[in-house]
Amino acid sequence: MLELHENALNVPDILSRWYQKERSNNYGAYLSFVGTVRHENGIEGLSFDLYEPILKRWFEAWQQRAKAEGAVVKMAHSMGDVMVHESSYVAAVFSPKRRVALELIDAFVEDFKATAPIWKYDLKDGVRIYAKDRSAPIAGSGLLETRQ
Amino acid sequence: MVRIEFLGPIAKESLEMEATTLHDVAHKLSDDSEVKEWLSTCAVAVNDTLVSSLDTPLKSGDKVSLLPPVCGG
Repeated sequence: MLELHENALNVPDILSRWYQKERSNNYGAYLSFVGTVRHENGIEGLSFDLYEPILKRWFEAWQQRAKAEGAVVKMAHSMGDVMVHESSYVAAVFSPKRRVALELIDAFVEDFKATAPIWKYDLKDGVRIYAKDRSAPIAGSGLLETRQ
Repeated sequence: MVRIEFLGPIAKESLEMEATTLHDVAHKLSDDSEVKEWLSTCAVAVNDTLVSSLDTPLKSGDKVSLLPPVCGG
């Protein structure tokens, strides 16, 4: 389950829908991670671009990894502007027992930050400014750099 | 011709070029003043799969994507 939404996420709706969908499937654990935009550095909010084809492939690989452990991963992310104290990211794991879910949510969210093709911008005075200092090159970056 | 796409914050329209491997793409983009500053930090995908070798072969109609540093969430 990968959901992409324009602007802020309706977190109570997402968490409730996922719960209702999985609650009878014999998962003993449901862990969620919610990312909310903080008021800092004078921003009005954040804005996001994403590249859906590679994001979907990345997420499908995680679904397979979770399935091998008897678990399910889910994710929702925003596209476009998300204002301060609104939420842009929800990740969740359902698993038969807690330990698998605790470890998977950690690994999933960390790999998401390092690899998912999503770009973040600060919103200041209505202008989008690429959050370059907070962004990380994907593993293997620099392939096309030529040294002359 | 292969199509080169620049994702996220790289403010550049996609372009087309003749190339048989990513070596050709690297060489041509190194002359592009709008793009060359991004090359050291971009990952590369061919037809939406991330690649790790400049020897990756290319054929007409292929799509090469440049992915600058990411920060989701």
